[in-house]
Amino acid sequence: MNLHGVRAIYMFEMARAWRTMFQSVVSPVISTSLYFVVFGSAIGSRINEVEGVSYGSFIVPGLIMLSLMTQSVSNASFGIYFPKFTGTIYEILSAPISYFEIVVGYVGAAATKSIIVGLIILATAGMFVPLNIAHPIWMFIFLILTSVTFSLFGFIIGIWADNFEKLQIIPLLVVTPLVFLGGSFYSVDMLPPLWQKITLLNPVMYLVSGFRWSFYEIADVSMFISLFMISVFLGICILLVFKIFSTGYRVKT
Amino acid sequence: MSALIKVTNLSKTYEGGFTALKDINLEIMDGEILALLGPNGAGKTTLISIICGIVNPGEGSITVDGKNIIKDYRDTRRLIGLVPQELTTDAFETVWNTVSFTRGLFGKAPKPAHIEKVLKDLSLWDKKDNRIMQLSGGMKRRVMIAKALSHEPRILFLDEPTAGVDVSLRKDMWQVVHRLRESGVTIILTTHYIEEAEEIADRVGVINKGQIVVVEQKKELMRKMGTKKMFLDLHQALESVPQGLSSYDLELVEEGRQLVYTYDTRKERTGITSLLGELNRAGIKFKDLQTEQSSLEDIFVNLVKEQT
Repeated sequence: MNLHGVRAIYMFEMARAWRTMFQSVVSPVISTSLYFVVFGSAIGSRINEVEGVSYGSFIVPGLIMLSLMTQSVSNASFGIYFPKFTGTIYEILSAPISYFEIVVGYVGAAATKSIIVGLIILATAGMFVPLNIAHPIWMFIFLILTSVTFSLFGFIIGIWADNFEKLQIIPLLVVTPLVFLGGSFYSVDMLPPLWQKITLLNPVMYLVSGFRWSFYEIADVSMFISLFMISVFLGICILLVFKIFSTGYRVKT
Repeated sequence: MSALIKVTNLSKTYEGGFTALKDINLEIMDGEILALLGPNGAGKTTLISIICGIVNPGEGSITVDGKNIIKDYRDTRRLIGLVPQELTTDAFETVWNTVSFTRGLFGKAPKPAHIEKVLKDLSLWDKKDNRIMQLSGGMKRRVMIAKALSHEPRILFLDEPTAGVDVSLRKDMWQVVHRLRESGVTIILTTHYIEEAEEIADRVGVINKGQIVVVEQKKELMRKMGTKKMFLDLHQALESVPQGLSSYDLELVEEGRQLVYTYDTRKERTGITSLLGELNRAGIKFKDLQTEQSSLEDIFVNLVKEQT
């Protein structure tokens, strides 16, 4: 195994994040604060509690998931798309490094960055509302599984995209709407019966639900179903990445 | 010398149906400098890209140091450094970081002393903390070479290393190539500049339309395929080449003031003595005489022309 190669890719990607540290840290802090002003104060003042949890505290897991998923997708997609765009991918392809190791380097860095952002949001939220993490280990498991899965998904988008528009279109038109409609800011029980059934088709709902359970032990579906669903999504992403590299799709001619 | 790289019956057709390489057979010897010449689209970059692992091979096989480039890709790629044609660099990275990154990528533990040596050899040491976007085109080209040398490869591919580089920098590059060869690195370079191949290569390969036309020791190629010309500056201009001299390969130029005789040095008789005798008998006097060996460029042009 080429551990030096994995480390080189990982550190290179992390260095890119350190270069834009201000943007990486300040941006999620500001946006989280804004969500608390809008959802927590303006809307939250009209909703007292959701299943025994104050509305402000209730939305914290959803907010973290929102950033975790969008950051994972954008970090990983940009990470692999940029060398393709600039042409520096030649170096990766000509190096004695396996596809698995390439993915570990890029996806590992993207997931790390989004977990850091998730933890920053958690800390910021702690300044606005009281937080209770009932199952911290499960919280970390969900955090890691979600960031890795969505980073893999982002990696696939980065390979598929052949221009910047395509790079943005999936996160903008698919990921963000699914997160917003996946119970990030409300409990599925608050929806009319028909919408409750439709929401069950949204994979993100299972992730938000499981993650929220690790905080407050309240969930729209069983934690194990959440875990199963994220594992299925993770498996699909791994299969797609394997397929991409075994065929050289949009990487090698 | 033994073959370090062996290309056997290699063909490559891209998805769009374009055949870039047709049944290529090539052996590259350990420690030599091989120049691959060919017009645009001849297949030079495709050949290099396949050996380096950037492009999927079609039919045929390639071994590097006796190992297959697909099955034993880790072993073969570790031996190879590549300087691509395009200046593809990470604009926001520093010179030091980007060169160190490549070393890590190729599976080597950090070795700052080696990176320092490479940067010093390429006159990049004082730029080590500069971001690449702050460098000139020539300096960027050196960074590309430094990256390719960062993992101490035994084989270096230089794809058009001096394209768009000014004359003085080009000569600097040639010195770098010579130094590398002296240190035992096998070098394969593609170039459009015949002068470059003539200056630094041991062997020359000509590739055209995806096929190897010829691979030969440079001197041998020039001896075998080169012709020699004798220029005779005449006292009095002639209107045409005299009838009696039609058996000689003569051409009248400079408004009839110069006769050019083309001959083959490999022949036992070059015909020079008899031609001079015939000229004397015909009363044609000349005031000066020079000879000139055809250049590699002439040979290259003729070879490519023959194919088209």
